[in-house]
Amino acid sequence: MDPVHIVQGTAVPLDRSDVDTDQIIPSDWLKRVERTGFDKGLFAEWRDDPTFVMNQDEYLGANVLLGGPNFGTGSSREHAVWAIQQYGFAAVVSSRFGPIFRNNCTKNGLVAVEVTPEISDQLMAAVQADPTLELTIDVERRTLEVPALDIEVSFELSDAVQHRFLNGLDDIGLTLQNQASIDSFESARPAFKPITR
Amino acid sequence: MRMFISPVKHNAPPGSLHDVSSEPKTPPSGSEPKTLSQKVWEEHVVHREDGQPDLLYVDLHLVHEVTSPQAFDGIRQSGRSVRRPDLTISTEDHNVPTEDIDKPIADEISAKQVDTLRANTEEFGITHYPMGDKNQGIVHVIGPEQGLTQPGMTIVCGDSHTSTHGAFGALAFGIGTSEVEHVLATQTLLQPAQETMSITVNGELPEGSTAKDVVLAILGECGTGGGIGAIAEFRGPVIEALSMEGRMTVCNMSIEFGAKAGMIAPDETTFAYLEGLPNAPKGADWDAAVAHWRTLRTDEGAKFDREVVLDGSKITPHVTWGTNPGQVISLADNVPSPDMFDDPVARDAANRALEYMGLTAGTPMREVPVDTVFIGSCTNSRIEDLRAAAAVAKGRTVKDGMRTLVVPGSGLVKEQAEAEGLDKIFIDAGFDWREPGCSMCLAMNPDKLKEGERSASTSNRNFEGRQGRGGRTHLVSPAVAAATAIAGTFATPEDLR
Repeated sequence: MDPVHIVQGTAVPLDRSDVDTDQIIPSDWLKRVERTGFDKGLFAEWRDDPTFVMNQDEYLGANVLLGGPNFGTGSSREHAVWAIQQYGFAAVVSSRFGPIFRNNCTKNGLVAVEVTPEISDQLMAAVQADPTLELTIDVERRTLEVPALDIEVSFELSDAVQHRFLNGLDDIGLTLQNQASIDSFESARPAFKPITR
Repeated sequence: MRMFISPVKHNAPPGSLHDVSSEPKTPPSGSEPKTLSQKVWEEHVVHREDGQPDLLYVDLHLVHEVTSPQAFDGIRQSGRSVRRPDLTISTEDHNVPTEDIDKPIADEISAKQVDTLRANTEEFGITHYPMGDKNQGIVHVIGPEQGLTQPGMTIVCGDSHTSTHGAFGALAFGIGTSEVEHVLATQTLLQPAQETMSITVNGELPEGSTAKDVVLAILGECGTGGGIGAIAEFRGPVIEALSMEGRMTVCNMSIEFGAKAGMIAPDETTFAYLEGLPNAPKGADWDAAVAHWRTLRTDEGAKFDREVVLDGSKITPHVTWGTNPGQVISLADNVPSPDMFDDPVARDAANRALEYMGLTAGTPMREVPVDTVFIGSCTNSRIEDLRAAAAVAKGRTVKDGMRTLVVPGSGLVKEQAEAEGLDKIFIDAGFDWREPGCSMCLAMNPDKLKEGERSASTSNRNFEGRQGRGGRTHLVSPAVAAATAIAGTFATPEDLR
């Protein structure tokens, strides 16, 4: 994954709760064996609707997706993260994320910013009123700043994930540094554990 | 129904500059009483470092066609290999058609995905069960029935319903494709510590209520987010009285309230189910295994971070009315009015759900007409589910014009059902008897709802478009699904008498 330090830009206000991963990328799109080309599948069931917020000219080019509470609940499909990223978003803001989606974000460098419901509501209203409102998400400082609203809040990002984001590191390479521990754990596993052949 | 959730703790709420980094949960020390999930977790720690997620060993990795192709590609591109193909098992389920399976898959993209999995498993030496093999089936049905799912194991799969395997006292959870690649390459996963949550169901279920109604009632209480950041343990007399199939139904839907995993402590019911299964330990290994499995219980005095208590004697047959599994009521109730929700977010969600579902507040659920009934999925496609549905179908006839699919979870379930004559009961009553697969749970294969169609479904998600674009899904138990197929509107078996 590519390193991420700062995400700066405007946001799309997707003002609805419980946007599950079936909404983010419908299952038809999951048949693909490639890792790219999912941008067109993002919110595919809603994209035909000309009134859908992502179809509004004033929100074109935004790189932050502002979601309602319980964003990304449901299935484990990482395609949801790929679709959001490939469409052009670098960060998602919500007051609560589905746990597998949130974890998948950390594997791809998509910054998931969890804020309080109050901040989320305030941002939603402000971005709806002014599509040019600029947000800054700083991975190093773990902060979300909206100077025009005098907002500066911190968000949760574990040291381990922050380190990988800032350096663009791949988990597998890091884990393989502990190869000796894996070998020794493996040699002590109980004999009654099953094998698949 | 008397219930409470206390204390309600979500992930440390961010928002102040004093709370800059997440506080990693500290693991319990050696002498402290532990919960079941803590015990299984601790047994799998390969590497632990302050402030870092634990590196956990994975005992079993289940693979299917949808979330694996990009992971295998990653393995190839980085020149790595699959560390333990002998701890990995593969099947095809999401894309497979449930009729005419002797013919090639008609959808070219589905066919390519299935062919890709066959080639990948062959290349890396992983046992794979293709369509038509009696061991093929839904990934969460085949692991348990082959005895590969055992107490105290860590089990992962690129599928959120991996929580199913927690019914055996395994720590089992769904992962994304990047993590699938990580497990293929290292047989481990990096996991931050989780909170613990107990969900106790007291009393005794009323006649006619099932495991599905238990988990739907839990969802009504917890909503879609009540379990986020925690591993849930289901406990209490109602849970202990459930069969293994029932326990799998309950654990299956743990992810629907956001829990990392759901677990049930192994007991005599678990051991009796496992003994003699093809991959269960034998002889001295069996004795050693059972001796260990008996220790996998939450210690007296262990503290849970969150607690939920339900009175099982008040759990009646349930049905979802909205577009997430937390929007659920008793089948005897009326469609709720959005005004009943104090929380503006819940009210707004209810308004949208009623519009999508084409329902009017105040309508008795029993008067809502249904045109499709689906009995199947990793939630409810095991032999006991089919027996429960067949008991309702026996000697009755499906309502005119009703589309019905009965889809066994695996080739072995199908074989068993046919040996018991259940297929005949279904066919005589007018149900469509199909081949194993995920079928209408998720619209990735030919079994789909059309725009505006309304289903009573034994699956796990009623999201918008989940069973087909514009389709309307109501989640129910197998017994209610069968009764609804006969009545034409939502019904319990009791209503047919």
